Amino acid sequence: MEMHRHLDDELSSLRDRVLLLGGEAEEALERAMYSLRERDTTVAKQVLKNDDQIDHLEVEIDRQCIDIIALRQPAARDLRFVISVAKMAPVLERIADHACNIARAAIDLNTEPELKPVLDLSRMADHAREMLRNSLDAFTTNDAIKAREIIKSDSEINDLYNHTFHRLIELMVTEPATATRDARLLFVAKHLERIGDYVTDICELTVYMAEAQFIKHTN
Amino acid sequence: MPVQMVAPKIEVKSTQAQQPLVGQAKVLVRNLDFFYGKFQALHNISIDIPERIVMAFIGPSGCGKSTFLRTLNRMNDVIPATRVGGEVLLDGNDIYAPGTDVVELRRRVGMVFQKSNPFPKSIFDNVAYGLRINRITESSSELVGRVEQALKDAALWNEVKDRLKTSALSLSGGQQQRLCIARALAIRPEVLLMDEPASALDPIATGKIEELIFDLKAQYTIVIVTHNMQQAARVSDTTAFFLLGKLIEVNSTEKMFTAPTEKLTEDYITGRFG
Repeated sequence: MEMHRHLDDELSSLRDRVLLLGGEAEEALERAMYSLRERDTTVAKQVLKNDDQIDHLEVEIDRQCIDIIALRQPAARDLRFVISVAKMAPVLERIADHACNIARAAIDLNTEPELKPVLDLSRMADHAREMLRNSLDAFTTNDAIKAREIIKSDSEINDLYNHTFHRLIELMVTEPATATRDARLLFVAKHLERIGDYVTDICELTVYMAEAQFIKHTN
Repeated sequence: MPVQMVAPKIEVKSTQAQQPLVGQAKVLVRNLDFFYGKFQALHNISIDIPERIVMAFIGPSGCGKSTFLRTLNRMNDVIPATRVGGEVLLDGNDIYAPGTDVVELRRRVGMVFQKSNPFPKSIFDNVAYGLRINRITESSSELVGRVEQALKDAALWNEVKDRLKTSALSLSGGQQQRLCIARALAIRPEVLLMDEPASALDPIATGKIEELIFDLKAQYTIVIVTHNMQQAARVSDTTAFFLLGKLIEVNSTEKMFTAPTEKLTEDYITGRFG
């Protein structure tokens, strides 16, 4: 027979906070890409402004994890959950940082004439956002199978990045006048590619949480 | 067919590089049953206890962990109407075989209890007691040397070397417990059984006992019963979980506290038991 534990309330609160942080990171990415696509500097600035709140949330999660470890001394799956969350929060915060960098690029690009749309950037962003959302679902449902599937799908973002990279280099060569703007878009592509890597980290933590398996750096 | 639970061979975090790094089985228990009258307290326990490691027994009150500990040097023999079945092999010899010298067994398998129980004698005489009654030493200088070494091994020497003739009862609770460990070590047992040795001590004294246990495993096989799961996690290499007289799981301590195999173990160590 299981009994109610106060620790369960604290773990539940921790889970809610991580999902909130993940939701904020996802929204930051969505809005940063919107500001880039729609040339909306106001939205880009909102993304930057909201980053303080995301940083604050990460610190709160850190504190809560430390408190639980120090005061509750969790073991087994409780311990794996807390450790995973403690490692996941900075990853989510970094995803939001990449969204901010995309927003900064949008602000700069919006002061210059518009380039021809680079379609793969939107596809990369859509895929990154979907991966992020799915990774949070896998975390919530303790679903290691789903987490592993998401990790595999990171190769799609990498392929899109490689394609975008070559496309933008071509543009720089053929139209040197736009090279600065192309370079900014190249950075945007790199940020999106890194977000895919971070989502992979989140999924690896979910696998650890669910199965106590370390799959990081195991190909 | 009973399930036999065998502790994994593990690397021992030895404090002395010259000591063997991998423990061999020192005690093998096979299909052990134990009865208090008609009540069966232990059910078909099989476990290997490797040499020179610390194995912790955990489980809720009444699960049989202390009873099991006491079967390892036949301390339960002194309780009337008890009965044991199965085998406990120490270096391959069944300690319950007819003709076993129980005094010799308890010399080889020493014990430290929950409550320190120094004799109302001097510090020196407490440690020398087992050596004297077993006539282990041949000269007084050898006796003095063995007492000093036991007190050093128990990390008590520096605190008592100038007052060896004073009463053991003048020592603090933590010192008394380390004195009892010194008394057990003086006769150089091969296995040391500890039944909640720090449960009555403050955190500082507990810390000293735990450091001592860590150091002692270079020379001894140590089995400790503890209610304190964090203590089990801190001091042991392997942990065995008992419930209702049954051995549920034995595993490396690291595995036990991060990813136990059995759900019952997980429920217990995460406090989900109602």
